[in-house]
Amino acid sequence: MTLAGFPDAAPLDGLIGGTLIGLAATIVLVGLGRIAGVSGIAAKAAGLGGSGMDRASAWAFIIGLPLGALAIAILRGGLEPSFAGPVPLIIAGLLVGFGTRLGSGCTSGHGVCGISRLSGRSIVATITFMAAGIATVAVMNAGGWEVLS
Amino acid sequence: MKPLVSLLAGILFGAGLTVGGMTDPARVRGFLDLFGDWDPTLAFVMGAALVVMAIAWRVVPGMARPMFEEKFHIPTKSELTSPLIGGSVLFGVGWGIAGLCPGPGFAALAIEPASAAIFVAAMLAGMALLRLVEGKP
Repeated sequence: MTLAGFPDAAPLDGLIGGTLIGLAATIVLVGLGRIAGVSGIAAKAAGLGGSGMDRASAWAFIIGLPLGALAIAILRGGLEPSFAGPVPLIIAGLLVGFGTRLGSGCTSGHGVCGISRLSGRSIVATITFMAAGIATVAVMNAGGWEVLS
Repeated sequence: MKPLVSLLAGILFGAGLTVGGMTDPARVRGFLDLFGDWDPTLAFVMGAALVVMAIAWRVVPGMARPMFEEKFHIPTKSELTSPLIGGSVLFGVGWGIAGLCPGPGFAALAIEPASAAIFVAAMLAGMALLRLVEGKP
């Protein structure tokens, strides 16, 4: 399935992927009574505060993420995404770690779980980090900084 | 039981991120490239996830308690604070630079281990740095 005007877009994959993410967040909410916010769960697993989830469950969730990705990579006969080099990865990682904890959430906690319950804080946070991301890519493109190999 | 439920959720989440293209930084940066060669795929990811979760939020009020936990733990804060805004700005800049947010960072450990490990290590260091700045152990 393609989208007119956007030859590179994969809308069907997007809908399937989003549905799986929504089901996963539903399991965390209905099963464990909590928000499936990856930054908070990761902080909990690492012993850096974060989610009120018990630590074993936090570890289990984090370990599940690459297992799910591995299953898809096998099903699709390998994936070949391009990643940034070490320096941009380190700068980005520091900003993402510091920023998501300071801002109490990331794409999953604010973007999916928060917006769907119409939390004002999450709506504002999501608009803010999306705008910042859009501005960052625009500035980098204008400056000719190519990060992906 | 709780860790098993959480593991299942993590696996589904990681699979969803990967199918949706969020573990591919080029796809994510394409979505953020609104003023250039825009790739709307992530809007479909987010839209579908929001629809499913909106249904989940409708089910919750009718439940006495979660299936495997004593009670629900839902955030109650409503104030728009400067840490919320400032933190989200920093996160967005980092997201834009490398095209990775926390979930896909962990999921990508199974796809491009060396790159993902650098990102995850730096992300955890960033979280630790905030704890340091806030004076928490």
